[in-house]
Amino acid sequence: MTGALPGVAAITSILRTAGGVFTLLMETVRAALGKWPRRRVLVEQFYLIGFRSTPVVLTTGLFTGMVLAVQSFNQFRRVNIVSMVGAVVSVSMVKELGPVLTGLMLAGRVGASITAEIGTMSVTEQVDALRALATSPIRWLVLPRVAAAVLLTPILTLMADVVGIAGGTLICVGFLKVEWHFHYINMLDWLKVWDVGVGCAKSSVFGLLIALTAAYKGLNTEPGAAGVGKAATEAVVTSCILILTSDFFLTVMFAAMKPDWIR
Amino acid sequence: MNPAPESQEAAPAAPREIPKGAPVLEIRELRKSLGGKEVLKGVNLTVRQGEALVVIGGSGCGKSVLLKHILGLFKPDSGSIHIEGEDITQMHERDLFGIRQRFGMLFQGAALFDSMTVADNVSFALDEHSKKSPAEKLEIVRKKLAIVGLPGVENKYPAELSGGMKKRVALARAIAADPHFLLYDEPTTGLDPIMSDVINELIVKLKTSLRVTSIIVTHDMASARKVADRMAMLDEGVIIYHDTPENTFASDNDIVRRFVEGKASMEQMKEIWGESAGKAQESENTRRRRRPPPPAQ
Repeated sequence: MTGALPGVAAITSILRTAGGVFTLLMETVRAALGKWPRRRVLVEQFYLIGFRSTPVVLTTGLFTGMVLAVQSFNQFRRVNIVSMVGAVVSVSMVKELGPVLTGLMLAGRVGASITAEIGTMSVTEQVDALRALATSPIRWLVLPRVAAAVLLTPILTLMADVVGIAGGTLICVGFLKVEWHFHYINMLDWLKVWDVGVGCAKSSVFGLLIALTAAYKGLNTEPGAAGVGKAATEAVVTSCILILTSDFFLTVMFAAMKPDWIR
Repeated sequence: MNPAPESQEAAPAAPREIPKGAPVLEIRELRKSLGGKEVLKGVNLTVRQGEALVVIGGSGCGKSVLLKHILGLFKPDSGSIHIEGEDITQMHERDLFGIRQRFGMLFQGAALFDSMTVADNVSFALDEHSKKSPAEKLEIVRKKLAIVGLPGVENKYPAELSGGMKKRVALARAIAADPHFLLYDEPTTGLDPIMSDVINELIVKLKTSLRVTSIIVTHDMASARKVADRMAMLDEGVIIYHDTPENTFASDNDIVRRFVEGKASMEQMKEIWGESAGKAQESENTRRRRRPPPPAQ
C-alpha cells in the first residue's frame, strides 16, 4: 500500500502536468490569433533561444557525427562496406540523432532558462503585475517563447545535421581513408528530402513541447528560491521524457504516412 | 481575427462623473479558501469615490488576498465584488482586462520588470493599451517620474535602484495610465522611516491631485494615520471594524486597540514568557509605554 502511493502520486502529477500543458497550448493558440507582443520582445526571444543555443547545438552535432562515423567504420570494415559509413551517418543524423539530441540539449539549456525566468517572475509578483496592467502573461511571456522554439528548433536541428555529417565525413575521408567519391555518392543516394522534412517536423514538435512545458512549470512555480529550482529541474526532466516518447509516436506516424520510409 | 480586449485603447467608464462619496467598490460576503484554509470568511466592505481606505490586519490575515480579488487576480469561492456597478466575479479573464485598466497597483515588492528599463516599466500600460506616439509616451513617463520625485532615472534598470526608488518607480508605473483606483499592498514594508514617510506623502499627494480612490493594505500604523480617510480591520477572515482614523486609534475594541498600539495579547505573552512571567512582563511593558520620552538635548 505504502509502495503504491508514490506511484499514484507520480501518475497524478504527470496527468496534471499533461492537462496543464494542453490547456496552455490552447490558450497560446488563442493568444496567437490576437494581437502579438511588440517586435522587440519577439526578437529578444529569437536571439536568446536561437542564436545563444547555436554553440551547444553545433558542438553536440559535430561530436555525435564523428563518434557515429568511428563506431560505424569499425563495424562496416568487417564486411568491407566502409563506403556506406557516410550514408549511415547522414541518415541517422537527419532522421533521429539531429532532432532528438538537439531537442534534449535545448530542453536543458532553453527549457531550464524559460522556467527559471518565468518562475522568478511568478514568485516576485511580476506575473501578477502583468495581469494587473491588463496584459495576458500568455501573450506576453509564453507566446514569444513558444514561437521562437517552434520556428528555430528545426533550424538548429538542420545546423546540427550539417556539422554532424561534416564531422563524420572528416573522420571517414580525412582519417579513416574512405574513398571520397563512394562516400559522397552513397550519402546522396540514401539521404532523401523526405527524411530532412521529417526531421524538421519532429524537431518543431520538440520545440513546442520544450517551451510549453517550461512555461507551464514556470507559471506554476512554488514560492521561494527552492520552488524555482524544483520547477526548472521538473521542466527539464519532463521535456526530455516528452521528447523521447513523442519521438517514438512521431516516427511511427511518419512511417505510416510513407511506408517505404523505414527501409 | 478578433483582437483581444486587452489590445484596445483604454476606455474605462469615466470615474470623474461619479460624485465624491458615492460607493464605487462594493464587496459582499466574499469567501476564499487557499491550500485548504479559509482565508476570507465573508468579507463585506464598501469603498467610496475619492476616499483613501486603509485595511489593517495581522500578517497572513488575508489583506493581500483581498486586494488581489479586487483586481480579479483571484476568483472567489463565493460572494460578489462590484466595481463601478459591474460584478467582476462573474467576468471572464478577457473581460477583466478592461476593468484592470481602471486600476493601478503598487505591489509589496514593487514587482518591476527586471529586464526592462525604468522608462519601459513606466510606459508599459501606455505601450500596451494606448495609441500615443513614442514622444508623447516619453513625455508622460518623465511627468510621472517627476511626480514621484525621480526625474532622470529613465534609462536605469530596476537592479540599479534602491528599495525606496523601486517603490516610487512602481508608483509611477501604477499612475501612468491615469487609473480610477490605486491599490497599495504594504507600500512602506522594508523601507526606512524617512522613505516610508516619502511614500506616505506621495499617497496623499496622488489622492488629492489625481482624485483617485485609494485602498491601502498595511500594518504600518504611522502610515495608516497619515493617509487614511477611513480604516477597516480584517481579522480572522472578516472585517470586524471600520471607522475614521481618529476613532480607530481611540477604539475600545480590544483587538483593534491592541493592533494599533502594537501590543501582544496575554496568551501570546504567556507563550513566550511562561504563565507567571508573562503577567510580570506585561506590567513592565505597560509601564514602559506610559513612561514619558526623555527631554530633547
